[in-house]
Amino acid sequence: MAAAELAPSPPSGTAIARAPREGTTSWPLVDRIGYWLCWTVGIGLCLVALAIVLFMLVKGISYLRIGLLVHSPAPSQIQSQSGGFLDPIEGTLIVALIGTVIAVPVGVAIATWLSEYRRPAGLARAVESAIEITAGAPSVVLALFGLLIFAQGFLGFLSQRAATGAVYGRSFFAAGVVMAGLALPLIVSSTREGLAQLPNHLREASYALGRTRATTIRRVLLPAIRPDISTGTVLGIGRIIGDTAIIRILLGLTLTTQPVGQVPVLGLLRGTGSTLTSYIYENSPAGEGLSPQKAYAAAFVLLAIVLALNGLVTWTTNRGPRWTR
Amino acid sequence: MGRTRSWATAKTDQRVERALGALAAAVLVAIAAMLATVLIKAWPSFSHNGLRWFGPGGDVDTQLRAMAESKPLPGRSIYYFRAWPLIWGTLLTTVAAVLIALVISMLAAVFLTEFAPPAVRRVLDPVIRLLAGVPSVIYGLIGILVIAPYIDKHLISDSRRASVGYVVQLNGNNVTTAILILTLMILPIMVAISASALTSVPASWREGSLALGVNRWRTIWRVSLRTARPAIAAATVLATARALGEAVMLAMVAGGRGFAPNLLDGFTALFEPVRPLAATILQNSEGLTIPVLAHTMYAVAAVLLVSAAMLSFGGWYAKQRFQRYGVGA
Repeated sequence: MAAAELAPSPPSGTAIARAPREGTTSWPLVDRIGYWLCWTVGIGLCLVALAIVLFMLVKGISYLRIGLLVHSPAPSQIQSQSGGFLDPIEGTLIVALIGTVIAVPVGVAIATWLSEYRRPAGLARAVESAIEITAGAPSVVLALFGLLIFAQGFLGFLSQRAATGAVYGRSFFAAGVVMAGLALPLIVSSTREGLAQLPNHLREASYALGRTRATTIRRVLLPAIRPDISTGTVLGIGRIIGDTAIIRILLGLTLTTQPVGQVPVLGLLRGTGSTLTSYIYENSPAGEGLSPQKAYAAAFVLLAIVLALNGLVTWTTNRGPRWTR
Repeated sequence: MGRTRSWATAKTDQRVERALGALAAAVLVAIAAMLATVLIKAWPSFSHNGLRWFGPGGDVDTQLRAMAESKPLPGRSIYYFRAWPLIWGTLLTTVAAVLIALVISMLAAVFLTEFAPPAVRRVLDPVIRLLAGVPSVIYGLIGILVIAPYIDKHLISDSRRASVGYVVQLNGNNVTTAILILTLMILPIMVAISASALTSVPASWREGSLALGVNRWRTIWRVSLRTARPAIAAATVLATARALGEAVMLAMVAGGRGFAPNLLDGFTALFEPVRPLAATILQNSEGLTIPVLAHTMYAVAAVLLVSAAMLSFGGWYAKQRFQRYGVGA
């Protein structure tokens, strides 16, 4: 351990200057206890993290079959006949797509306005705190609000209408829109962070060439912070695909995708279905179906997606036009 | 010619500013509408129960079932609701998990930034980021399939089961499992934020302390951790918000019963089931078409929303206080 600590400064280039090594023998007892507690907790954390990752890996690999990925769920008590999770994978993609398509333009626009215009100042502060509140709001609460909105009569074309005229309020569209609210704060904050880090001479150079603010934003600032926007987007997608509460409340409880009517895309958006998270919940002992093995397999697929998104974040944060740095 | 063009673009510029401002205002209106509608929908429940809404009184599950079946309890209003068991469950799980996670995350962050060999650090950094992004339903799955059966089998003795058997059934889904998994769930984000703050403590401040002959541990304790206080406060607020709003995982492992663990039961209380507020909304989601039950659920949502808003205000205040000599998140 001591040898490892004496190693030359870490290659990652962290700013920490390692203090010259001193033995702990000269320290008071309390300090030494703290020091060993630190090591214990650190190693414990390593072990727990390792255990979770390995456990999911082993379970996933041992239960995942190609068949599960290409078959729809079927209502059956028997494991071999209850199908796979093709529909939930599609559902996850659809919801993530709707959420991103709405949240990214809105989020970037709001962040730009907050960072570059900010007039009137009172409105800007109000918008800031409102977004802060959304960021902290539990997703069940967002889901309840969404249900209230989409069950209004005039929005009936976005979900299904019962024979009595009552609007169901649950559909892919409803879930996607509320998911956009979940992703919005992440996109706003990472875009603002990017804009704040841009050196002012970029803006000044553009103004000096006679460009207006709008042109500067479109041609200079937004291209420069593209990595930050994509980081925010990927974080937002991660939040969306990981959420279960909104899906359970706003997408109905059918495991298969069930479009409404004959129109191809609109029918799908109005229909109900499931995502990987709701599939896992349904198949765990907490839900109806008792097929934990399929839940493990679906969890493994979901984790693989999360891992890929994580890799994407690392990749995007290190890119961007060279003239900005 | 050139004059007209620049005038036109200036006009476009103004138009862009107005459009963006209008969009921001629209989002503000939507969020304000959310707050308002949730509070309005919640009002009947609060007005029928008054402040006793928050107090104890009877079995909350019976009250919810009465609403779902539209059969008022004898001698009670259909709105009769006493949320204390749910609130108590939320407080127990959230506070315990955040306190445990706070201690562990500080030690872990110090370990990561100060003591861990660079190789360990290189592996652990991405792993922690991965764990922070793992969906809560997966934590719930591990909890319900691995941790809960273990606790059920090995930690709850038959005599303990019998001692409270006339009030409540004990099994693996209980408050301890909930706290354990919740701690695990909020830990990565707290470690990540605290560790990144510790790395941005100015080296000269630490060196100054070391040069005065203060040993390394005390330097960490007195200089680094203090400087990182705004970030630690931010991490705590974020983690508390996540714990407060967590519905799915807690619905899976906390026991799903509106029961208030009685601390007078001693250690047995650790194995009693709870059902926090957010999980209650989720588990009653199918009954939302029944107006009375819906009003009650919106009341629960309003309590969560107001607590979350107060939490973020508290975080902002703490950050302001610590900012003078601190590094932010």
